[in-house]
Amino acid sequence: MECPLTSNIRRGQPPLDIAGYERVGGYQAVRKALATMSPEAVTQEVIDSKLRGRGGAGFPTGQKWSFVPRGEAAPRPKYLIVNADEMEPGTFKDRLLLEGDPHLMVEAVIVSAYAVEAEVAYIFIRGEYRLAAERVERAAAEAAARGYLGRNILKSGFSLDLHVHTSAGRYICGEETALLTALEGNRAIPRAKPPFPQAAGLWGRPSVVNNVETLCNVPHIINRGAEWFRGLSLGPDGGTKIYGASGRVKRPGAWELPMGTPLREILEQHAGGMCDGYALRGLLPGGASTGFLTADHLDVAMDFGSVEKAGSRLGTGTMIVLDDRTCPIGMLRNLEHFFAQESCGWCTPCRDGLPWTERILAAIESGEGEDGDLAVLEMHTQCLGMGKTFCAHAPGAMAPLESGLRHFRGDFERHIRTKSCPWRT
Amino acid sequence: MATIHVDGRDYEVQPTDNLLHACLSHGLDIPYFCWHPALGSVGACRQCAVKEFRGEDDRAGRIVMSCMTPAADGTRLSIAEAEAVAFRKSIIEWLMTNHPHDCPVCEEGGECHLQDMTLMTGHSYRRYRFTKRTYRNQYLGPFVGHEMNRCIACYRCVRFYRDYAGGRDLDVYAAHNHVYFGRHEDGVLESEFSGNLVEVCPTGVFTDRTLANVYTRKWDLKGAPSVCVHCGLGCNTIPNARYGEVRRILNRYNGEVNRYFLCDRGRFGYGFVNGPKRIRRPLLAQDDGAAEPVAPTVALGRWASLLRDGRAIGIGSPRASLEANFALRALVGPERFHAGVADAEGRLLETVVAILRDGPAPAASLRQAEDSDAVLVLGEDAPNTAPRLALTLRQAVRRAAFALAEQQKIPHWQDAAVRDAGRDVRSPLVIATPDATRLDDIAMATLRGAPDDIARLGFAIAHAIDPAAPAVEGLTESAREQAERFAALLQAAARPLVVSGYGSGGEAVIRAAANVAQALRRTGRDARIVLTVPECNSLGLALMGGAPLSAAHAALRDGRARTLIVLENDLYRRADRASVDAMLGAAEHVVVLDHTLNETAYHADIVIPAGTFVEADGTFISNEGRAQRFFQLIVAEDGVKESWRWLNEAARAAGKSNARWDTLDDLITALGEQLPALAAIRDAAPAADFRIAGNRIRSAPHRYSGRTAIHADLTVHEPKPPQNPDAPYTNSMEGYYGRMPPALYPFFWAPSWNSVQALNKFQDEVGGALHGGDPGVRVIEPRPGADSDYAQEIPRPFARRDGEWLVVPQYRVFGSEELSALAAAVAERVTGPSLGLNPEDAAMLAVVDGDAVALELGGASHVLSAQIRPALPRGVAALSIGLPGLPAVALPAWARILPAPPELRT
Repeated sequence: MECPLTSNIRRGQPPLDIAGYERVGGYQAVRKALATMSPEAVTQEVIDSKLRGRGGAGFPTGQKWSFVPRGEAAPRPKYLIVNADEMEPGTFKDRLLLEGDPHLMVEAVIVSAYAVEAEVAYIFIRGEYRLAAERVERAAAEAAARGYLGRNILKSGFSLDLHVHTSAGRYICGEETALLTALEGNRAIPRAKPPFPQAAGLWGRPSVVNNVETLCNVPHIINRGAEWFRGLSLGPDGGTKIYGASGRVKRPGAWELPMGTPLREILEQHAGGMCDGYALRGLLPGGASTGFLTADHLDVAMDFGSVEKAGSRLGTGTMIVLDDRTCPIGMLRNLEHFFAQESCGWCTPCRDGLPWTERILAAIESGEGEDGDLAVLEMHTQCLGMGKTFCAHAPGAMAPLESGLRHFRGDFERHIRTKSCPWRT
Repeated sequence: MATIHVDGRDYEVQPTDNLLHACLSHGLDIPYFCWHPALGSVGACRQCAVKEFRGEDDRAGRIVMSCMTPAADGTRLSIAEAEAVAFRKSIIEWLMTNHPHDCPVCEEGGECHLQDMTLMTGHSYRRYRFTKRTYRNQYLGPFVGHEMNRCIACYRCVRFYRDYAGGRDLDVYAAHNHVYFGRHEDGVLESEFSGNLVEVCPTGVFTDRTLANVYTRKWDLKGAPSVCVHCGLGCNTIPNARYGEVRRILNRYNGEVNRYFLCDRGRFGYGFVNGPKRIRRPLLAQDDGAAEPVAPTVALGRWASLLRDGRAIGIGSPRASLEANFALRALVGPERFHAGVADAEGRLLETVVAILRDGPAPAASLRQAEDSDAVLVLGEDAPNTAPRLALTLRQAVRRAAFALAEQQKIPHWQDAAVRDAGRDVRSPLVIATPDATRLDDIAMATLRGAPDDIARLGFAIAHAIDPAAPAVEGLTESAREQAERFAALLQAAARPLVVSGYGSGGEAVIRAAANVAQALRRTGRDARIVLTVPECNSLGLALMGGAPLSAAHAALRDGRARTLIVLENDLYRRADRASVDAMLGAAEHVVVLDHTLNETAYHADIVIPAGTFVEADGTFISNEGRAQRFFQLIVAEDGVKESWRWLNEAARAAGKSNARWDTLDDLITALGEQLPALAAIRDAAPAADFRIAGNRIRSAPHRYSGRTAIHADLTVHEPKPPQNPDAPYTNSMEGYYGRMPPALYPFFWAPSWNSVQALNKFQDEVGGALHGGDPGVRVIEPRPGADSDYAQEIPRPFARRDGEWLVVPQYRVFGSEELSALAAAVAERVTGPSLGLNPEDAAMLAVVDGDAVALELGGASHVLSAQIRPALPRGVAALSIGLPGLPAVALPAWARILPAPPELRT
């Protein structure tokens, strides 16, 4: 099984330096793209690869790039921004890549920036990811010293400046337009779309924002072709995927597997199944903002379409597992506390609705639930839906709550009826 | 036009608008908070949700925010659809989770947009059972109160204050449901537009502190359409009163003038009306010099005896109505009527009138100024001399951003997106002034120079545009290039604007501005000009004409006149003390008509209690040449009367035959006959006999309480409210209210719309003209085919002098204007007089910021606090003028400056 994303990563070992990285074929994609391919050809190759965004939304990457204005008339400068603000609860796949193979990240940035004709790139890294930021910064410096960054890279005429920016820390900065606003030094508040960042993004200029894992695929696609990349997958979406699991499983972790690997295989084989004495009650397949799947869904292939068909989202592909010895209401209260606190405060439903759900969940968990509370929670799951709020933050926050209310209805009712939490007694 | 389908009915709309704008314009009710017609859409509050359907067969539809959705042709939507209704209701429910239930003690109660929207959505039962968040409030200065617990986080305040008005010291802090709108610490809000927060805030976070001190519910406040008296722009206002006191000023929308916003001087400067120095009864000077109150008949009798010898002259006033000035002119005779402004200012105003009349560039209304795509400011420090104009110019520089947005297919109302996309493009604004201005942050270029150098720049620009305009001799190469660059910017614009005026301190600058506008016009640009004037009726008085002030002095000195009648004018603000003392000393008798005691009044034999703008009706002509009527709000029941009525009564008492006006309309008719150029002022508003269905218009809302009992502590006889014979109002809550001629609205109210947002119901289109057209008539336009010759007199370059400084005026938004400085709230914002100096000049004088310096000017020495102004050119000093305690001096003028003697240094 090929693991292009993680092939250079060795547990407990420092990442490859530039010499080591070049020895295993590193920066060949830069050489190939800049010397032999036009930006349009690179973009086309990525379109053909069927690479979809790994940040959670799954938008086709090449298509996103194709919306960027090109040529002489395009506004300048153009920007490529790497979304490395990995703050989704339960998700740590980008950290693995950034810490484990920073040169892959740098190479991916160069090739991708070339594809969209960007002259400036930013890597927007979660503030807490200090080691990742250090390693990427060092890699970028090494790459610059070797002529892969800066003016007239490899005499191709293409120039690129790469800046590493560490976030001041808000979950909403993972939303691409809020990220841009934060990068400009302003309050991290999402922007209205249109205009999309490709047309008017960072400082009003054409910008592409891509997730770390997404971009790390690009050098491999360029080196080995779209067809090879599609072939890595078990389903319609190209490539491999870093799946992860956290919770009461025997071996929490992250693994690069073919896109579309069945949920059961990830949970039972790679994560080693549930810890002894614990049974599976449900799981959030792709981070905190995806809806619960249950034991009934273990045969679902973990690709975008299949998970959606099962009633959830692939999200980041890193699952949070709920066991039978943990109160689901407590878990949801914890999640909604996170989402309420991370609301940017811009739109009413999110700003004032999420704290209300958190407080109801806390009341129910502590035995102070009342008749009608579930109706209020349900009202929120409907009224905080996509399109009703300004961005996807609140709809994401409602995904676990909405599915939780469906799958764990009895637990909710029992809490309210008995005025106590069965897991606490 | 496009057609949209709303709940089964078709509406014609502008496809460039959003659905909320389009629906409100058709009178449909959709609740909203964050959207504002002047601020655009940002989609924050989610209150204006409607259901949009993809076609006739789409039964499910989807919720969209009407403010964020274009009114594209064929759009099908429902306001009444159940899910949309439920969603809008839930928005209020969320807002109410933290909004306190303090309506009974909230200043906003009764005119609260949040109350209106709560009722509109039907939210009535509280399901949220947890605690509310609380905040600490801030002290924000004398104008605006702060109660953050009421905040619903619509973001309008920061969007107005920062994005629209360019303020820096109000911001949003923290996040999630703890966002905080305030300053980084307690302190006075810096922006001179802070008072608009009171109207922009949809609930009671930002409230009017001057009202709070003497609080009255909206429904217990009477209103009258009025015009601001604190500068020459003629912003429309609604003063509100209770118990014969003015309690606040609200903005009165005029689509051509001030639109939605006022400056703080206009909003909070009204305090002089209730001031302790008001003259309430006629005063007669006794032999011992003391003034004693007397009965009106006594005062009139004495006054008439002075008039009978025919040797009275009059000094009018640029802060009195046209009608009052005309009545004085009629009383003393046109040739014995004096304009009441300093001679230099009189010449400047004549120049302004000549430019506006002889063309070819017409005066721009503020709306037209806002629509300009390139602006040249010559000499004018608009934020201090005509603040509302500065706010307009701040919007004008956004034309380029709107154009860029249009290219990117971003609708103009997508406020955040337009600002994001156009963040670093601005339409050209070039500011040439002696000192830095608060518009410099948005200027493409700023130049600092003495007035003559600014004039030379203007002349050079005009020449660069049209070689037929006179060339400037002795220009340096770089100055010529600069002028050519600015000329090119103006020529590249479709609607260029030139701004200058009284703040420039020189006629040469104004003439240079006129040359630029003329050159642009002659080369085919739709150029307009804004020339500011200092007072609310400066232009009206200039159009009426009148001899200069020095002529009045001469007539008194030569014995051609014995009695001097001064109308609403403190002469000590017009000329230096010695000459005013001499003039008043030369008069055998002085009659002063004014509303507030001032120094001139102390020299009067007779003091007549005149009505202020709230106790009188009349007409002002703004700098644009717009004649606008203001109406009596308070029918004074003591001795206070309109100046024109006093003058008319004095004429009658003296047996004069030419003043027989029973009503203001009689006077206006006579005025039109004698001064045909001003005859059009009659059309500024309907006459006093105007009725709708036989009814007068009510001046108070229908919920007004205590119509007859309001003075029950004085008398239980429940008298009929006194009625104003000069206007079609009832002076109570009885009478007609509804659609009416736009100049007459005493307040804006519509069923379900109790806040200032009711205005939507009175406009042709939201943000457009009022139904029936915006009030006011332009009485001055360029004569048809007007194309006067270019001004030819170009000043020589400014040359510094050894040991002398050219002193130029420095106007202050708070302090330089006479009446507002009498208001307690504004007075709190007035800082002491100062003399601005270039740092090198200051170093030469061995003074540092705050040191006392002596200014030797006009034979007198004035001790002032030095203010180091890095932008001021060397050899030029800026004297704060008009401030209380500072004598009037004619500027620019050369003066000596010395470090103050040690005993005066602090």
